[in-house]
Amino acid sequence: MHEMSLVEGIRTIVEDQARAQAFSRVLVLRLEIGAFAGVEKAALDFAWDVVMRGTPAEGARLEMIDLPGRAMCLDCATLVEIADRLAPCPLCGGGNLLAQGGDEMRVRNMEVV
Amino acid sequence: MCTVCGCSDTVLVGGKAVSHDEAHRFGLAHHHHDPAAGPPVALHFGRGAAGVSVPGLSQSRLIEVETAILSKNDALAQGNRRALTALGVLALNLVSSPGSGKTTLLCKTIAALGDAPLAVIEGDQQTSNDADRIRATGARAVQINTGKGCHLDAQMVGRAIDDLRPLPASFLFIENVGNLVCPAAFDLGEDAKVAILSVTEGEDKPLKYPDMFTAATLAVLTKTDLAPHCDADLDAYEANLRRVNPAIEVLRLSARTGAGMTGWTDWLRARLAAKS
Repeated sequence: MHEMSLVEGIRTIVEDQARAQAFSRVLVLRLEIGAFAGVEKAALDFAWDVVMRGTPAEGARLEMIDLPGRAMCLDCATLVEIADRLAPCPLCGGGNLLAQGGDEMRVRNMEVV
Repeated sequence: MCTVCGCSDTVLVGGKAVSHDEAHRFGLAHHHHDPAAGPPVALHFGRGAAGVSVPGLSQSRLIEVETAILSKNDALAQGNRRALTALGVLALNLVSSPGSGKTTLLCKTIAALGDAPLAVIEGDQQTSNDADRIRATGARAVQINTGKGCHLDAQMVGRAIDDLRPLPASFLFIENVGNLVCPAAFDLGEDAKVAILSVTEGEDKPLKYPDMFTAATLAVLTKTDLAPHCDADLDAYEANLRRVNPAIEVLRLSARTGAGMTGWTDWLRARLAAKS
């Protein structure tokens, strides 16, 4: 997608938090990435080192936590977890699935000093 | 005990006992890391991440953030949405691959809507060609050039709204950068995303780019006049659209011949009426 601009979004969050919470360095930053978020994790990792240079998160470890894709199956009226957008319902095998989240892109927390 | 490193008062330097302060002052290698110096004489609390130790606190602290990466964009989009809702403006984010016929559809739509008040925001990497085409119809238009950007964001659209000053109870068409991937993630403050899909693109396009068609409220199948020439199966297009988004509405039209245009303008007028 546009992983570089996503990492720039993270940098803004880091800099805002550094001011608000008075820390100088980020050791670990944890991201939650939904299965439907359209984020290429390898590209995010690649952009990480470059974009964080000169910020409190320079040299910080980036951890990505996968969140499942969720959808409402309109055939069996159940909220199910699916691995990709085109996967059938794991319960009834139906194909009428309405996505219900799984597009998260969130900074969960940071370990800072 | 030394406040610099925590060593005891007397240390061994090359097997000789010297005062610790002296060892520091003269930069003598004296330290407790030397196994020959005997049993450890120091516990170091200053080597953790913080460089200092405070009883009861770990050296690093955990800050719960729980903030969406695109939260800045989302907040700006909400601002756009509030401003547009206050005016009763129906804002539609038109998304598609390049060349699906968004601008042609808009030009014909402007003509079909007659004197209904409307404005257009055009997004492209370069050139003002599309805004020029819209302005040639008499409608007001602002061109946004994203430069290297692959999508419009809420800040760009907010600026364009300030420039355009949409009239109360009017249509605002936002023609996004031709791209079926990135614009799906960026809320602009619109009422709905409308995906334009031309029948020359292949029936499986919704399956190949599901994010965008999941995010869209309406899919408009365009260039239906070309369907017989490229063996397009319109029912297969619809089935694949519903496969990725069972709730999506679908319209078929040809901007060139005008077939199906009434269904589209009816949809627009009904949405605008519901908004104001």
